[in-house]
Amino acid sequence: MKQNRTMVTIDGNEAAAYVAHKTNEVIAIYPITPSSNMGEWSDEWSALGKRNLWGTIPQVIEMQSEGGAAGAVHGALQTGALSTTFTSAQGLLLMIPNMFKIAGELTSTVFHIAARTVATHALSIFGEHSDVMAARSTGWAMLSSNSLQEIMDFALIAQAATLESRIPFIHFFDGFRSSHEVMKIEQLTEDDMRTMINDELIRAHRSRAMSPDRPVLRGTAQNPDVYFQARETVNPFYDACPAIIEKTMRKFEQMVGRKYELFQYVGSPDAERIIIMMGSGAEAAHETVEHLNQKGEKIGLLKVRLFRPFSMEHFLKAIPKSVKNIAVLDRTKEPGATGEPLYQDVVTTISEAFINNNLPFSYPKIIGGRYGLSSKEFTPAMVKTVFDEMKKTQPKNHFNVGINDDVTKTSLEYDLSFTTESDDVVRAIFFGLGADGTVSANKNSIKIIGEDTDFYAQGYFVYDSKKSGSTTISHLRFGPRPIHSTYLIDKASFIACHQWFFLEKYDVLKTAIKGATFLLNSLYGPNEVWDKLPRHIQKQIIDKKIKLYVIDAYNVGRQTGMGTRINTIMQTCFFAISGVLPKDDAIAAIKHSIEKTYGKKGADIVTQNFEAVDQTLANLFEVKIPDKVTSNIEMPPIVSLQAPDYVKNVLGKIVAGNGDELPVSAMPIDGTFPTATAQWEKRNIALEIPVWESEICIQCNKCVMVCPHAAIRAKVYDSKFLDKAPATFKSIDFKGTEYKGMKYTIQIAPEDCTECGLCVDICPAKSKSETKVKAINMKPQPPIRESERLNYDFFLNIPDIDRRTVKVDTIKGSQFLRPLFEYSGACAGCGETPYIKLVTQLFGDRTIIANATGCSSIYGGNLPTTPYCVDINGRGPTWSNSLFEDNAEFGLGMRLTVDKHTEMAKELVEKLKSQIGETLANELLTADQKDEAGIYTQRERVQILKDKLKNISSPEAKSLLSLCDNLVKRSVWIIGGDGWAYDIGYGGLDHVIATGKNVNILVLDTEVYSNTGGQMSKATSRSAIAKFAANGKPTAKKDLGLLAMAYGNVYVATVAMGSNDLQTLRVFIEAEAYNGPSIIIAYSHCIAHGINMTRGMQNQKLAVETGYFPLYRYNPMLTLEGKNPFKLDSKAPSRKLKEFTDLETRFKMLEKSYPERAKELGALAQSDIETRWKMYEHLARGNDNSAQK
Amino acid sequence: MDLTTTYLGKKLKNPIVPSASPLSYSLDSMKQLEDAGASAIVMYSLFEEQIAHERSELLHYLSHGTESYAEALTYFPEIQQYNTGPEEYLEHIQKAKKTLGIPIIGSLNGVSVGGWIEYAKKIQDAGADALELNIYYIPTNPDVSSTELENKYLEVVKTVKKSVTIPVAVKLSAFFTTMANMARKFDNIGIDGLVLFNRFYQPDIDLETLEIEPNVILSSPQALRLPMRWIAILHGQIKANLAASSGIHNGDDVLKMLMAGADVTMMCSALLKYGPEHIKKTLTEVERWMDEHEYVSVQQLKGSMSQKSVADPAAFERANYMKSLHSYK
Repeated sequence: MKQNRTMVTIDGNEAAAYVAHKTNEVIAIYPITPSSNMGEWSDEWSALGKRNLWGTIPQVIEMQSEGGAAGAVHGALQTGALSTTFTSAQGLLLMIPNMFKIAGELTSTVFHIAARTVATHALSIFGEHSDVMAARSTGWAMLSSNSLQEIMDFALIAQAATLESRIPFIHFFDGFRSSHEVMKIEQLTEDDMRTMINDELIRAHRSRAMSPDRPVLRGTAQNPDVYFQARETVNPFYDACPAIIEKTMRKFEQMVGRKYELFQYVGSPDAERIIIMMGSGAEAAHETVEHLNQKGEKIGLLKVRLFRPFSMEHFLKAIPKSVKNIAVLDRTKEPGATGEPLYQDVVTTISEAFINNNLPFSYPKIIGGRYGLSSKEFTPAMVKTVFDEMKKTQPKNHFNVGINDDVTKTSLEYDLSFTTESDDVVRAIFFGLGADGTVSANKNSIKIIGEDTDFYAQGYFVYDSKKSGSTTISHLRFGPRPIHSTYLIDKASFIACHQWFFLEKYDVLKTAIKGATFLLNSLYGPNEVWDKLPRHIQKQIIDKKIKLYVIDAYNVGRQTGMGTRINTIMQTCFFAISGVLPKDDAIAAIKHSIEKTYGKKGADIVTQNFEAVDQTLANLFEVKIPDKVTSNIEMPPIVSLQAPDYVKNVLGKIVAGNGDELPVSAMPIDGTFPTATAQWEKRNIALEIPVWESEICIQCNKCVMVCPHAAIRAKVYDSKFLDKAPATFKSIDFKGTEYKGMKYTIQIAPEDCTECGLCVDICPAKSKSETKVKAINMKPQPPIRESERLNYDFFLNIPDIDRRTVKVDTIKGSQFLRPLFEYSGACAGCGETPYIKLVTQLFGDRTIIANATGCSSIYGGNLPTTPYCVDINGRGPTWSNSLFEDNAEFGLGMRLTVDKHTEMAKELVEKLKSQIGETLANELLTADQKDEAGIYTQRERVQILKDKLKNISSPEAKSLLSLCDNLVKRSVWIIGGDGWAYDIGYGGLDHVIATGKNVNILVLDTEVYSNTGGQMSKATSRSAIAKFAANGKPTAKKDLGLLAMAYGNVYVATVAMGSNDLQTLRVFIEAEAYNGPSIIIAYSHCIAHGINMTRGMQNQKLAVETGYFPLYRYNPMLTLEGKNPFKLDSKAPSRKLKEFTDLETRFKMLEKSYPERAKELGALAQSDIETRWKMYEHLARGNDNSAQK
Repeated sequence: MDLTTTYLGKKLKNPIVPSASPLSYSLDSMKQLEDAGASAIVMYSLFEEQIAHERSELLHYLSHGTESYAEALTYFPEIQQYNTGPEEYLEHIQKAKKTLGIPIIGSLNGVSVGGWIEYAKKIQDAGADALELNIYYIPTNPDVSSTELENKYLEVVKTVKKSVTIPVAVKLSAFFTTMANMARKFDNIGIDGLVLFNRFYQPDIDLETLEIEPNVILSSPQALRLPMRWIAILHGQIKANLAASSGIHNGDDVLKMLMAGADVTMMCSALLKYGPEHIKKTLTEVERWMDEHEYVSVQQLKGSMSQKSVADPAAFERANYMKSLHSYK
């Protein structure tokens, strides 16, 4: 049956979700990178009323964890629904218990998995097979898609085959490389799906379901007598499964013409050397095999499509009889195993056949190796080296390829210059900023070429781990044939650099081939630009005969009202000069696409973009290239020369984008890194920075408190330290009595500031003669970068004030404490980091942090550098991340250790009293450590103790020496977002607070899963739009604080720094001081709210004033004094909720998309607020009538 | 007693029309206004500038921070259909027309010529019985002369008038150098009504924050003197209907305005302050006065104390100084 199928340009996740949504009835989802988008698509399509094959809108439900999603799917399946879910990595691991059950009960379903690294020594969001391999014992069929077309095709084949075989399917494809690659593929039609899926089998599935009309019992408990036999009953189904899939593939082939095999061989029919592998890497291997065979080699590739059930019969048939050498490549690592899983299966199959005398070929040499862990590049050069290795008489086994293992020497070397790229494929690389719209423009270009021409198109996008000022590198291929190159471009015919400063940061022309085209967004015109280029750029332009074009995109943007989004402008340049399409056709296509994209959003926006296109063409110039290098501008060192060697040689390489070059020996063996490293990564991303007007300043230190990046600091110090101050260093007399006679300075870290503007927004001091001038004002950074850098260095070298003298319970005082969390990669204007910074200021030198996975673990602990740092004594927060779901338990474990070790140390002090001296021992044991002075004195005692212990040789003394640091009070902080605290980690959090142990829990409440792109959590408020709540959350926010208060012995507080900074400060101090569990729910404005981040603190203020986020404290200590422990810290709502929601896109969007629903939910949300406030007032009134009126 | 009057080609059951205000945001409150006796309602204004601003703001925030970080390539679900234009406003007119029995007058504040025409037509198509142009322009540029500004006003009105068939009124600012001449010019274009006067938002200074706060102060009863004077002067001099707006708080105010020459009296502040029911009270006061003074129709009242009809026409022209001399004498 020939159908008219359309070609679509989509990513892998959309391809899988498209089929899943059409062929299921109940979809349970939970966000996890890189599979979140499949759930997002499903939710959006259902919200839009899109129907499945049988005319009903699939019910999509977000669960509290992947475990929950699997449980919901299991239940839905048991009652007869067609049900699915999507996940990755740890998410899949949480599903495993249910997967065993689902398979044991022979239940048809397909889970679509964007395969991702399971966290080991480190978390990684990127692609490999360790997750699916961990699930290979569950009894599920495992079908691997290598390309985007296969993802769509196999999603359907798996769905058809699961219904017939009754074996559930894992349909997996490589995270990011396949899930996020954008490519032109043929879209299956609904008729295709109807043809493939047998409705009889669906009815059979339903007939097996639980129903009180024909009751059954399933899920029994069985004993040794019969469990084993029952377990073997499923064998015939597994035996039959491969043939069913093969039959399904045949049917699919007849229908659409694409031929798939369980084990698909490509290459020479009489090959002697073959590679066996699965996943996206097989596409690169396929390309290499064809390339080398054309050059006369006789080699082959066996693509494993069905990994489970592993059909030995099909496997042996698929291998050419001429084979002599086999290399099996696994994208996973199993330390301690005899080999990785696919290798083991291959060896077992061939050995078994050999022993049974039915091996159709002579026993080959088999080697196995690892490649591509965590999306490590896997290129034709690596494929070639594996084939070359097989030629050797003693080939390396258990090798790896793609890295340099200089420790155990397991790596294969490869020839970097080898390439299979063809000249008729346009290969373009774009260096952009997240904020300039480069990726969006490129995705749009791919759509234009993919959908408006016969060309094939591929796009893959590399992002960095920073959320502010992040760099993006886009890799685009356009060519006449389907593209199999599943690796980054390293021979580019077109390079675009959308930001001038990249020229000094990256070697942007490194991959340019001879005669390549280079497009540069330049402030300088065609006649001035040459002399401004760094030397290495000039040299490469001349050596490689590169054609250089320049455009001042920001100027065109300004002129045409486009502002700093230069996407349309740079896209037009690409089409104008890359030659991928005839210029006029390309411009017409761009304009058509603009109309399509913006038509509905307003004619003015279309006109504005058209104008930008036309102005671009008028402002794009080719540069005449001189024949000599004239520049003396060299690339500056990527990290300061003062940095420690480890930072320079290892972390610096990662910062420079050359982490791939680091050998195994450069990496720590157990994932342990030094802290205080962010200081060396001077990112210089701010075009404007705050400048202090000392004479206007009232010394309130509010700017210091709100700065998310610790890039603005206050110090009070003796005037003697000013002796060698730089000329522009500002200093004034301290105002106030506590440090009378001393000097005061506010200093900006010019190269670390992210230009968020929160400090200027919060500054209350205005010039008396001109109120627009505040005590800090944003000014252009470049002219003052150098002077301010010197000033900042000088400032840092002025000694910090003695912590014992600081009034920590005032904003002014607390902000003299050195932050031990600085220059994080969080979003500019982040609402979370000021709270973390405050923890480190108040308690950082004795803090242990357990951090849930999420934004805070990424800006806290994503390589290359960490913002956690140390004080002058080398003390500072020690930090770790376990998982997403277990963070409260993880932190509790830390507390238990601290308590146990403190107890042991005290016991030893008691025991060794006579040797260390009774007075010291007694002081150590009874020390009052309630304030900084007490802690300081105890540290002095511990030092004396250590000195004494060094001279005592008893085992007890040695033991005490290793434990005595615990005699100084430790502060355990459990930090995470609302996704963790309200949803996936709630069970653990609840248990931990119920233990009564002394932990401090900080919930950074952004009311969505921010790190994965803003999915709804139970902290999301009614009427807010979020992912997974595309038509507005219908239910109210969970009252986590109230639940915690129910225990009675938990310190509970809500804070919103932008509303009441002093209350925030006091809450942190009280929570830490409370000798029991405390939980702080900290309202954190977030980029996912769609707000003006510069005004984030004002939004917080309004959130409190409207009663949206009331502030309170529940302090169990007050109960001991006979008082009401609950105290409202904010006043009764004085403004309507709408004033707040009007400021935030998450609410506004609902008004624009579903106005009636917005009104209805908005009214309910207002009433939520009023009801909650009444209840809180009632609580606060308690016995002592102390409620705020 | 005949309270009817005619305004913008429609016969109205009485002369009280709520002017553009938040009271027309919801159908419920519009219904309350009708039930309380409003004879027509002027909708709140559709601001072209606001639509354009909201549109670009929404586009900005939907894309802000996207495609920057691998785990969060976007922050909002892909909403396929949403309104960033005047759809909500237009739907509101449609619904009001279906729900209410009294005439609905759309109100428009445009920026560009294209915007004025496009939105005026859309308001007409949505079913509005008439259109009030809320021309709101603060001439801050010292290089712009009054003639240039006046021409700009006239141009806008001319353009809109040409593009729609429903009656069009203009709500004017009181700050024209030659008010009577401007009224005549609008009249010559064929404008159907003049609304005197528009009360601009008057910014205030917050002494604590040292910020300029946009601040709406409800009108005081004294505010009616200014429109009353001009209505009295213009009555009978121009063909267009006259609507009195500003400071009309009770029955006496309505009576005074009608006597000065207004065809309708528009209420806003008093309704915001006392609620829609206040219309009923005002009407009763008007009726009582008319009854007591033996007037039988609004028609009788209309213009009975306009400049043309009073014994001392110069009284409308004198400034305070003259007046005080007069009273001294």
